[in-house]
Amino acid sequence: MEGNLNYWKKGLGDGIPVALGYLAVSFTFGIAAKEAGISVFQAVIMSATNLTSAGQFAALALIRASSGYLEMAMTQLIINLRYSLMSCFLSQKISKKTRFIHRFFIASGVTDEIFGISTNVKGKLNPYYTYGVISVAVPGWVLGTFLGALSGNLLPGRVLSALGVALYGMFLAIIIPPAKDNKIISGIILVSMVLSLMFTQLPLLNKITPGFRIIILTLLIAGVAAILFPVKEG
Amino acid sequence: MNPNVYLYILVMAVVTYLIRLLPLAFIQKEIKNTTIRSFLYYVPYVTLAVMTFPAILTATSNQWTGFIAFITAIVLAYRGCSLFKVSITACAVVFILELFL
Repeated sequence: MEGNLNYWKKGLGDGIPVALGYLAVSFTFGIAAKEAGISVFQAVIMSATNLTSAGQFAALALIRASSGYLEMAMTQLIINLRYSLMSCFLSQKISKKTRFIHRFFIASGVTDEIFGISTNVKGKLNPYYTYGVISVAVPGWVLGTFLGALSGNLLPGRVLSALGVALYGMFLAIIIPPAKDNKIISGIILVSMVLSLMFTQLPLLNKITPGFRIIILTLLIAGVAAILFPVKEG
Repeated sequence: MNPNVYLYILVMAVVTYLIRLLPLAFIQKEIKNTTIRSFLYYVPYVTLAVMTFPAILTATSNQWTGFIAFITAIVLAYRGCSLFKVSITACAVVFILELFL
């Protein structure tokens, strides 16, 4: 039990950069929500129950256009489908001894960032670590939404601009250290970034939404790498 | 006030939660297949790299501060600094640089 508490605390600490990054993004979301005509309370409820930036931004456009519920469901499915890939990864990261019920709670926190930080854990993932990250990240997401919706000009643009790189800095801190002594991982990161850049710049390819760009490139690059460089069991 | 907003939120929340839950709930056994295991091993590196670049260049109000934050984070991460330090330093670099722009 004491072990779980320690994992929770560790997650709490590691979750701080996530919370700061979330604050910046959800603040912008709050402003957009207000502009889309939904109330502060509704924006907060949406953030608390969805925890997905791209999905929520897209939802605002759909709500403003009074789209159908099926259209809303399909849009969320397409934008957020990448989470299922992350859940596949996490399904193997959880110890067999972990009780089944934990999978329901962990699922609630599968976001790009919480997933990223969970992959950084050595060995199996203790669910309490994830709960620690969630305990600080989700309040950041909800609070940012609240503040943004309440008063769009509360945080100066300069601060928002600076906090904008918090999540990316965190992602780099996760993927760079293992790449240091591993040429395959370094190569994979390089190829991923180059192809990602191409997908945003080249005609036709740049029509692909970010969610699908992530899915396509992950299947392609991780798939090819798995065939060319199968990982030996350690 | 649009009363349907709550229904929209419910639809979104259910769809998004199921996307997250289903693989976790259904894949309980340990996957033995080496190719699939290797694929899953490489997944985070690809997804996180794709999400970071080139998005970091448009995350700030100036492309160049975004780029310098990108380089700063790589150098610090390479030197083994903690998640928090890398992340906060990248933010600080952007903040300071943009004071002069």
